[in-house]
Amino acid sequence: MNFFLETLVSGLSAGVMYSLVAIGFVLIYKASGVFNFAQGSMLLFASLTFVTLVEKGAPFGVALGTTALVMILGAILIERLVLRPLVNRDALTLFMATLGLSFVIEGLAQLLMGSDVHMLDLGIDDLPVSVGGLMISQFDLFASGAALALVAVLSIVFNKTRMGISLRAVADDTLAAQSIGIRLPAIWRIVWSVAGIVALAAGLIWGARQGVQYSLSLVTLKALPVLIIGGFSSIAGAIVGGLLVGATESLADIYIGPLVQGSVSTWFAYILAVVFLLVRPAGLFGDRAIERV
Amino acid sequence: MADALLRLHDVSLAFKGITALNRLSFDVERGEICALIGPNGAGKSSLLNVINGVYRANTGDIVFDGVRFERIHPLKAADLGIGRTFQHNALFGRLTVIENVLAGLARHGRANFLENIFRLGRDRAERRSFTTRAHRIIAFLELDPHIETVVSTLPYGLQKRVDLARALVADPKLLLLDEPMAGMNQDEKAEMSHFVSDVNEKLGTTVVLIEHDVGIVMDLADHVVVLDYGRKVGDGTPDEVRNNPDVIAAYLGTVH
Repeated sequence: MNFFLETLVSGLSAGVMYSLVAIGFVLIYKASGVFNFAQGSMLLFASLTFVTLVEKGAPFGVALGTTALVMILGAILIERLVLRPLVNRDALTLFMATLGLSFVIEGLAQLLMGSDVHMLDLGIDDLPVSVGGLMISQFDLFASGAALALVAVLSIVFNKTRMGISLRAVADDTLAAQSIGIRLPAIWRIVWSVAGIVALAAGLIWGARQGVQYSLSLVTLKALPVLIIGGFSSIAGAIVGGLLVGATESLADIYIGPLVQGSVSTWFAYILAVVFLLVRPAGLFGDRAIERV
Repeated sequence: MADALLRLHDVSLAFKGITALNRLSFDVERGEICALIGPNGAGKSSLLNVINGVYRANTGDIVFDGVRFERIHPLKAADLGIGRTFQHNALFGRLTVIENVLAGLARHGRANFLENIFRLGRDRAERRSFTTRAHRIIAFLELDPHIETVVSTLPYGLQKRVDLARALVADPKLLLLDEPMAGMNQDEKAEMSHFVSDVNEKLGTTVVLIEHDVGIVMDLADHVVVLDYGRKVGDGTPDEVRNNPDVIAAYLGTVH
């Protein structure tokens, strides 16, 4: 039983890390209706900037603050150079633009910071501690704590500030928000900045686990099933979807893996996503597309 | 006619050769309720869109509150004091009534992003004054019992009133209402028309509205402008318009 629980918990904590990535997608999807393919590149860029600064001798806090500033600056540039010229184009055009953007960001990262693999040490050991009889990695606990804090801050910003009303208004109905004079460019700058900072948080945690390297931008691919399962437009969905993917794939690896004599976790999430697409295409928490005919 | 709040002179608008508005001129006096009537496609909504800057007129000019312009940006129009509601509901369905009304004030906020998040500096005073304004207008339109209700769960008539509240909260000098009573039953129409006349009398807001129900229009409006195929066919008090033979031919006499 303990073995089952430990597998479950380690799966859930992997799920938290997927959720961290997925939240960045949800933020941008809600505010601008676009699947931001560049989220993975932003994550890579953030962690690479951070690790480069640390290696240059910057203290932790300075490196963190500088990287956050770089991400905000990036958001302002993206709004000005990519989003504004494409305003009111359809979602597919914007998606293609973010696809291009991901190449630009990765190219810039390589140009400015090289393509070496970096170690990233956040000062938290990946050693198990005993929690109520279960062995749980300290690092997993830290990652979960970071995710919780992030979600708490986001929900305060969205629900308790006046700016949050504008943000939710844009997410609810972009055209209506424009028509009552909410300034879309300002909202986009804010949302992309927040998504950049979420990418930084996710990048640090993923980077600490896997090393900061180019394949980090591929975590995008793991976020996709999470988003399909949880729904593209819900932060709660991103969290539940992440947990579900993490837990099921690690359980499947243990219990189904031996039957098929191979690793299950590499593909299980995608199969789950396909099932969801068939049964509940909007995901668990997403808005069902209702169109009047 | 010295005190016109809105003065349109020779305004024309065409879409790819189709004339939506044809050399239209009329005045809206300060403090009146002016109704635009006319068959579907007569150019009524286009006219509202020209007034608040969604469309640019091909010819002519508009004088609002002493300022002349040919083209005005919608945000600028809102800043000058032109508020509007929409024919098709443009409310934020998942937000509550108070949040929808507060969103109507979003563009008036001067506090920046950081002040907003940490509730510092200008945010505190703004938050207080905006909340007071929102509550006042909600009370005025008797929406108090629904203040924390999510808008999409309200009946249609109330949603239209929330739309009105959102437009009014910014204290516009001129309020443009695009079919505020479309799709309502007679009771809801009577109620809405009572609120529009209340807004006009007690808040002193000048109103330009589009409405198809001629009975309602004749009771509510001080001034009626009749459009047909983008031309003005009648302009005057409800009584004058009712007896105008051109109007009868173009609109009142036809069956819709």
